[in-house]
Amino acid sequence: MIYLDNSATTPPYPEVLETYRIVSERFFANPSSIHRLGGKSEDLLNKSRQQAADLLGVKENEVIFTSGGTEGNNFAIKGAALKYRHRGQHLITTRVEHPASRNAFEQLEALGFEVTYLEVDENGRISVDDFKEALREDTLLVSIIHVNNELGTIQPVKEIGKLLKSKPKTLFHVDHVQGLAKVPLNFKESGIDLCTVSGHKIHGPKGTGILYVREGVSLEPLLAGGGQEFAQRSGTENLPAIAGMVKALRITMEKSQKGIAQLESLNAKIREALESHPLVTIHSNAQESAPHILNATVKGIRAEVLIHALEEEEIYISTKSACSSKDTGASEILLACHIPEAVAKQAIRISMSFENTEAEINTFIAAFKKKVGELEKVREA
Amino acid sequence: MKMEHIYLDHAATTPLHPKVLESMLPIYQKVFGNPSSIHYFGREARKLVDDARENIAKAIGAKPNEIVFTSGGTEADNTAIIGTAMAMKAKGNHIITSKIEHHAVLHTCQYLETQGFEVTYLDVDEKGRIQLDEFQQAIREDTILVTVMYGNNEVGTIQPIREMAQILEEHSALFHTDAVQAFGVKKVEVQALGVDLMSMVAHKINGPKGVGFLYVKEGTPFSPYQHGGEQERKRRAGTHNVPGIVGLEKALVLAAENRDENDSHYRRLQTIILQYLEEQHIDFSVNGDVKDCLSHILNLYFPGIKVEPFLTALDLGGVAVSSGSACTAGSVEPSHVLSAMYGKEAEQAKSSIRISFGLYNTEEQVTQAAKIIAQTVKRML
Repeated sequence: MIYLDNSATTPPYPEVLETYRIVSERFFANPSSIHRLGGKSEDLLNKSRQQAADLLGVKENEVIFTSGGTEGNNFAIKGAALKYRHRGQHLITTRVEHPASRNAFEQLEALGFEVTYLEVDENGRISVDDFKEALREDTLLVSIIHVNNELGTIQPVKEIGKLLKSKPKTLFHVDHVQGLAKVPLNFKESGIDLCTVSGHKIHGPKGTGILYVREGVSLEPLLAGGGQEFAQRSGTENLPAIAGMVKALRITMEKSQKGIAQLESLNAKIREALESHPLVTIHSNAQESAPHILNATVKGIRAEVLIHALEEEEIYISTKSACSSKDTGASEILLACHIPEAVAKQAIRISMSFENTEAEINTFIAAFKKKVGELEKVREA
Repeated sequence: MKMEHIYLDHAATTPLHPKVLESMLPIYQKVFGNPSSIHYFGREARKLVDDARENIAKAIGAKPNEIVFTSGGTEADNTAIIGTAMAMKAKGNHIITSKIEHHAVLHTCQYLETQGFEVTYLDVDEKGRIQLDEFQQAIREDTILVTVMYGNNEVGTIQPIREMAQILEEHSALFHTDAVQAFGVKKVEVQALGVDLMSMVAHKINGPKGVGFLYVKEGTPFSPYQHGGEQERKRRAGTHNVPGIVGLEKALVLAAENRDENDSHYRRLQTIILQYLEEQHIDFSVNGDVKDCLSHILNLYFPGIKVEPFLTALDLGGVAVSSGSACTAGSVEPSHVLSAMYGKEAEQAKSSIRISFGLYNTEEQVTQAAKIIAQTVKRML
């Protein structure tokens, strides 16, 4: 089995499952309970938070555990807009956000906020000049996806963060779900106030995530209740999964440096094979993209057909983002990059993790060529 | 957990059932896909989610499309209340709840008050029960939502949900009930109860933390709360927590199978404690209604005892109980439930403990716990 759909989700590391099992058995008590068993759970929760903070280069009280990337983005965007609406009504984001952000902005528009959606070039990148022009006195929040989930495009988050340093009243949120460990980002140096990450994209359990909330920033809670997570996010802490996610974070971060180099070499290998293929157009730009995502179209071959053909060889890739793969239209992200609809509709995404090997990629390339050749013949016949 | 430590805080959270863990681990390993992906792993994961949805629906007498998976009880409550309040806004702005709800409901209602909604908080009698005539009087033309819990998490009192639903039959207001404490000991069926929305969570019935669901009756006006991908028929975005959902299903099935047996077992355990305390001539009374309550919850008032040192002493003696809801995040504030039952300055709110039974609690254990409680009370008075 060769799994190349790691941007949709990743298999958890065995160590993560082991942690999940042990914590479920030995630390099942509610961290808010004041008895000894609750205290033990609370200690583990604190330890997990400390470790996560260290790994992300932030402070302990800046780590809020969530149920995942969707909640993180919703919480950051709506929580900031609703909390600080007295500062202004203007929000800036891009045309190429994950639906978890895009739809949150649409909801805010319905509540009377004004949203500027930055356009992107053919590589899916926003321009810093456009951003400068869009920025206003009453801009209360800027929210940008660091690494695009379909194309892999890296946005100029650092430059934007730098520009925003002189605007203390404008908050800066980054959706770092796809970038974590694969495209390093220093939250503090980049002037980021809010940053979303997700556990299941780095071999952690599903249903986990972290929202980084810079000290001094507080959000309007989306989940009211018992006041857990510094009164920012209520709900009994999912301790086994939190400990599992932090374990995954540690393993992933340890693998990061070597892993990135490996991904770059695997990416180059796929790119070389695909570029030389007469039917293939690669949509992910070679210079400005994350090393683990490659998006391409094979001319004349429907994406679903190709995916199912590769499945016969136990190779798994995807069309666009899993979160919108049920609707059959072209990817809005590719359309925003001015890729013609007919081409965008047939796009496929190959997404890797640090666990993919060179041998796997060689097998994939051979299978890809073989299947495309067969399908082409069928088409011509 | 060492045998000498007796865990009697199951209303806060419960240990994961070994069979539940067993059902989850292979899914983490083998069916880790994103249910929204169209390839094999996605389809297998989707099938598991669909099957779970069907079995869960069956367990509460609902249709599969009426189940919306969430990250837990807090999210289900928040989503139910805000989701319907927003959808019903045009019809009115009046909401009815009670003074003894869980904070996930109370704080959400308080939040809605800041958004222009008007909330009536119904009083309860000394048993912790709402009076139907007071409820009837509180209903207005512009009432859009009633949210009252099925069984109270601190004293176990069961509310007259069915009767309230009958009163509401001719009214357009929606009816939500938080049933997170009830499922292990009561048969909870939405048709029989007559509710439009119902919250449920896994970790109170030996399921995994971080997963729950909201029942939303077909046709109920509802605006989604967490935006993003198109999961859960656009009612709740976010990658499905597949192992969690399967664990939830398994926990519900096990709870339903053992419900009657557990219910009578817990009643026996209640009797053991009450009889022993009486035999020892301990001055105490029961908060709530022993006859008509959730049998796993027993709340006792010990006049003249300060609850904080009492809990600490019990904990050192090897008995883990609590003063009220764990979800007030570690604080030992006077219980809002007991204050509502007996008045703001009532001694009960300062001198009561909650004992809650669950899996693994034996008659021997509970006899031992009763002894430790009696000894501690005698020592402290």
